[in-house]
Amino acid sequence: MLEREGALAFWLLVPTLALLTLFIAYPFVRGVWLSVTNTVVGEPGHFIGLHNFTKIFDDSIFRTAALNTFVYTGVTTVFKLALGLWLALLLNRHFRGKAWVRAFILLPFIIPTVLSTLAWKWMFDPTFSVFNWLFWKLSIINSRINWLGDPELAMASIMTVNVWRGVPFYAISLLAGLQTINPDLHEAAAIDGANRWQRFWHVTWPLLLPVTMVVVLFSIIQTFADFQLVYVLTGGGPANATHLFATYAYQIGVGTGLLSEGAAISLAMFPALLLVVVFQLWYIRRVENR
Amino acid sequence: MAQFDRRKFLQASGAGLAGILASHQAPVFAQQSTVHWLKWNDFVPASDELLRKTMLPEAMKALGMKINLETINGNDLQARITAAIQSGAGPDLIMAFNNFPHVYSSGVADVSDVAEAVAKAQGGYYRLCRANTSDGKKFLSVPWAIIGAEISYRKSWFEEVGYSKFPETWEQYHDAGKKLKAKGRPLGQTLGHTFGDAPTFSYPYLWSFGGKEVDEKGKVVLDSRQTLDSVKFMQSFWKDSFDEGGLAWDDTNNNRAFLSGTISATLNGASIYIETLRKPDQYQTEKGAPMKTDIQHAQLPKGPAGQFAFHLFQSHMLMGYSRNQKAAKEFMKWIHTPANYEKWFVSQKGYSTPPTQTWEKHKMWDEDPVMAPFKLAGRVGLTPGYAGPPNRKAAEVLTKYIITDMYAKAVQGMAPEAAVKWAHEEVGKVYAGA
Repeated sequence: MLEREGALAFWLLVPTLALLTLFIAYPFVRGVWLSVTNTVVGEPGHFIGLHNFTKIFDDSIFRTAALNTFVYTGVTTVFKLALGLWLALLLNRHFRGKAWVRAFILLPFIIPTVLSTLAWKWMFDPTFSVFNWLFWKLSIINSRINWLGDPELAMASIMTVNVWRGVPFYAISLLAGLQTINPDLHEAAAIDGANRWQRFWHVTWPLLLPVTMVVVLFSIIQTFADFQLVYVLTGGGPANATHLFATYAYQIGVGTGLLSEGAAISLAMFPALLLVVVFQLWYIRRVENR
Repeated sequence: MAQFDRRKFLQASGAGLAGILASHQAPVFAQQSTVHWLKWNDFVPASDELLRKTMLPEAMKALGMKINLETINGNDLQARITAAIQSGAGPDLIMAFNNFPHVYSSGVADVSDVAEAVAKAQGGYYRLCRANTSDGKKFLSVPWAIIGAEISYRKSWFEEVGYSKFPETWEQYHDAGKKLKAKGRPLGQTLGHTFGDAPTFSYPYLWSFGGKEVDEKGKVVLDSRQTLDSVKFMQSFWKDSFDEGGLAWDDTNNNRAFLSGTISATLNGASIYIETLRKPDQYQTEKGAPMKTDIQHAQLPKGPAGQFAFHLFQSHMLMGYSRNQKAAKEFMKWIHTPANYEKWFVSQKGYSTPPTQTWEKHKMWDEDPVMAPFKLAGRVGLTPGYAGPPNRKAAEVLTKYIITDMYAKAVQGMAPEAAVKWAHEEVGKVYAGA
């Protein structure tokens, strides 16, 4: 019986395994292989060891892209968590039209990224920016702000859009977490004399932490490998100032046709993401075993 | 009514299928070839409309084939080409810019027969067209058109600052731009990562100071006094004369900025002027006159080493994986036949200059003096990689925007020496690679 169950389990898993092999394992192995060859578009190439990796670590644009990726992920994650938590706490209260507001909050997350980013691109337009128009009308500025043409401002702009897009995901996930917390605990703490801040810090936060960890780690993985937003908004410019791993890998691999170098750049993300995943799995297991 | 149950249907269709398999030939109705043609979204939309509504139906009728035209943003062409070659499937004919055919040389079919026939019948290709599309042994693509890059400028605004004749040197252009920017009418130029307006400005600007990425023998010589002079000049030139938002512009931003009256001049194809011809009531000067009456075209100014030009050049690659190569070649021959090509050429109103010399004599060039400078674009343009050949390495430098970025970094505050050194090293890495 056990044997038959095992066989059944195996056959039930086969479709998943096949899909994972086809769409995850094969591209990954192929990517690893490409990165140790000198393949360019249209030509198969041959094994050259770690030459591509030494080449990209010697590449100043790659180093900028690597630094940008960490800054982009770090800064946006902090803002997304803070704003998302704040929003979740607000949404967890009772007020009229709660369901509508909750639905609207999700809009930035629901709209296809490319479409919403195009709208942001217009708002940051060097000539016709609506922000510049508004600030100028309010007499805050007397010359145009070069949102996407200045390296620092361009980074700030892409991070702003990422935060705008990511906050709803945090808010709704954390709201779900908040709703699992038994109100009796708050009541008990209040009776014991805990003020609002103490109730949050000693009751809400510890109980929300497992959900928060999973949300943050999932978001880090997504943000670290972000592509669409930067590609549409700046294309990695001005002068490569806003490239991330993914956009630079695309420019080199697909744009310039240096497939093996592009693969090496993509794979450079892997160690950092692996660490995040290992930590995530370790943490989830720890919580499960409590 | 005759009974036609499942069994009979299977018998009949099975017999039919067996027949097709035995004859190794598809039935006649399925034999019609389909050619998939991928090109950019034309900056003169009327030309794409002409192709779709008139010319392609004519071609399909004349050649007995089906032709699917797909148009995409010019900046996305390279990604499509790479994906198509790697997967071995995709459009049969794909438009390539500049010397890109050299990048994809192993993924394209030999089109020498088509290209040589066009050259022979139409007065020969301009040097830049042949260099960009031929590896010396064969044609990698069929030259299609040169998008002449000239400065579109507002005549009256330049007159107001004392330039009734367009500035001839970079110093004069700097001076004019400084005066214009002081009046809130800066010059406009992209230094962003965009296929057309960025390199067609930065390359000839570098050459006009005597800077080159490589010499005739292919040695990297970018880090030179001449290049450094050009970068130093650009730093103050940019700050004094240009709309500084240009660092984030793509090929369309300067069109919009010019048409809305926020810049006084910009290097571009003729699309700005053509748009003002199309909508004279929409685009007007501050005095209420049609803007088209206040636009003129001029070549980029001279530098210490002379006057140079680099025009966006387009050709069509017949992809190596294509199963419709014969049909695609037939279509290329058809569309390059003067009677057919002329219709498309006229619809461009001078935005495109044909790749062969006999078209210089076409009467369309006499119709509008504002468009006259574009007639000879093919004679003066150089190719990327100058003074070396426009080979794969030169294409890599171009697609990585190294030359443009050298200037972009300097105007963002990097020391000129450091910007030149950075660019020299990047170009060096490209040319050193096997």
